[in-house]
Amino acid sequence: MPKPAKGARLGGSAAHEKILLTNLARQLFEHGRITTTEAKARRLRPVAEKLITKAKKGDLHNRRLVLSVFNNRDDVYRLFSEIAPRYENRPGGYTRITKIGGRRGDNAPMAVIELVEALTVAQQATGEAEAATKRAVKEDTTKAKKADKADEAEVVEDAKSDKA
Amino acid sequence: MAVPKRKMSRSNTRHRRSQWKAAPVTLVACERCHEPKLQHIACPSCGTYNSRQVLEV
Repeated sequence: MPKPAKGARLGGSAAHEKILLTNLARQLFEHGRITTTEAKARRLRPVAEKLITKAKKGDLHNRRLVLSVFNNRDDVYRLFSEIAPRYENRPGGYTRITKIGGRRGDNAPMAVIELVEALTVAQQATGEAEAATKRAVKEDTTKAKKADKADEAEVVEDAKSDKA
Repeated sequence: MAVPKRKMSRSNTRHRRSQWKAAPVTLVACERCHEPKLQHIACPSCGTYNSRQVLEV
């Protein structure tokens, strides 16, 4: 079951938070980078990345889901036609948050959240290679574990047969 | 309602306040411009973080 977020909602109520995050996402997609408080940026990141993932799928159903968030065809069009194709071969991590220190006036920690640039060919190759090695290591460990378990089972069976 | 019985002496007040101290912030030199800056935060003087331009200067 999904765990509810701890702490107070941004803006006061759940409805206000929802609309605030929608507006932040809209402005992020419009301008490419926005400056906001760190707390808002951290809450915005999963919202924006899920919208981009939907846009990457690009079918009518996902388009309608995004439209239900934005209620504005221009924003949906921009997301699907301009932003999503840039991230076609990037497996998540479409945004970057950089802290920029306290705001003048109330010293609130501020941050810049921006859409990252498209992957270069070289970056893509290294990413794929790393993923492949990770998978290989994982497979090896699972195989080893399975072998261990099988050995244990044999030992147990032997003991039982000895008793009998 | 509970209230203080005696006025607090100037001495006691000043002793208490002598413990109010500001902690120095830990600063590091910016990689690019070598100005002191806070850690994990874009340099306020040259606007770079991780050798990437984040802020306009």
